[in-house]
Amino acid sequence: MGQKTRIDAEDGKQDLVITREFDLPVELLFRAYEEPGIVEQWMGTKVLKLENKKHGSYQFETSDPNGNVVFRSNGTIHEFTPNQKITRTFEMENTPFPIQLEFLEFEKLTDDTSKLTMHIIYKSAAYRDQILQMPFAKGINMAHNRLQEIVNQLK
Amino acid sequence: MNLRRDVFQAISDPTRRAILLLVASQSMTAGAIAANFDTARPTVSKHLQILTECELLEQKQNGREINYYINAKKMKEVADFIEPFRRMWDDRFNKLEDIMKQYKS
Repeated sequence: MGQKTRIDAEDGKQDLVITREFDLPVELLFRAYEEPGIVEQWMGTKVLKLENKKHGSYQFETSDPNGNVVFRSNGTIHEFTPNQKITRTFEMENTPFPIQLEFLEFEKLTDDTSKLTMHIIYKSAAYRDQILQMPFAKGINMAHNRLQEIVNQLK
Repeated sequence: MNLRRDVFQAISDPTRRAILLLVASQSMTAGAIAANFDTARPTVSKHLQILTECELLEQKQNGREINYYINAKKMKEVADFIEPFRRMWDDRFNKLEDIMKQYKS
């Protein structure tokens, strides 16, 4: 896989933008965010709740291989427009990290390709940098190895 | 270099990443860290030992207690500022793409 994902994070600012182009129709890209069973596969988390509507909420949970819960996240969905956008908050439970705001835009490029733009706003530039320095923190809800197994099974 | 590989081994464990996340926000005692996990206390101690040995965490004696601090310098050394964050999302999106290709009719 090439490096298809881009991060734009200007010095001293409290936001960042993640962009990625997919070899997928925009409908399939959006579905990966919409269906709990699919979210679970690529995020590597258990989806406790996912209400895809304005003022709906979601909650994800990650366990270690022994079944101990290591990480829980949740948020509220403010905008949900199929194949176009999701606006939501994101909170890491039981950590002092402040809640962040996420604007997700889904864009059709061609019939078979699409683009995701994820604009994340943090409480301060310092918190943004702290989270950037801690990919492992974010990685907690990724359960990388388990995801790799799922993908290998699909191949 | 061996040490470097050890660092990556240290952070490959989800519980240890959770510990780093906790301690990154504030210094904590072993007891306070252990209180956040269902895992047995000796297991958490072992994780703390590994993280300290590869210098991701630092210990400071505070009376009878030992406080654990994140070693920001070491964390920076392990990886450049944004690249690991980018790679994490890239991995995630690669998986999303692989999974969703199965749904293509």
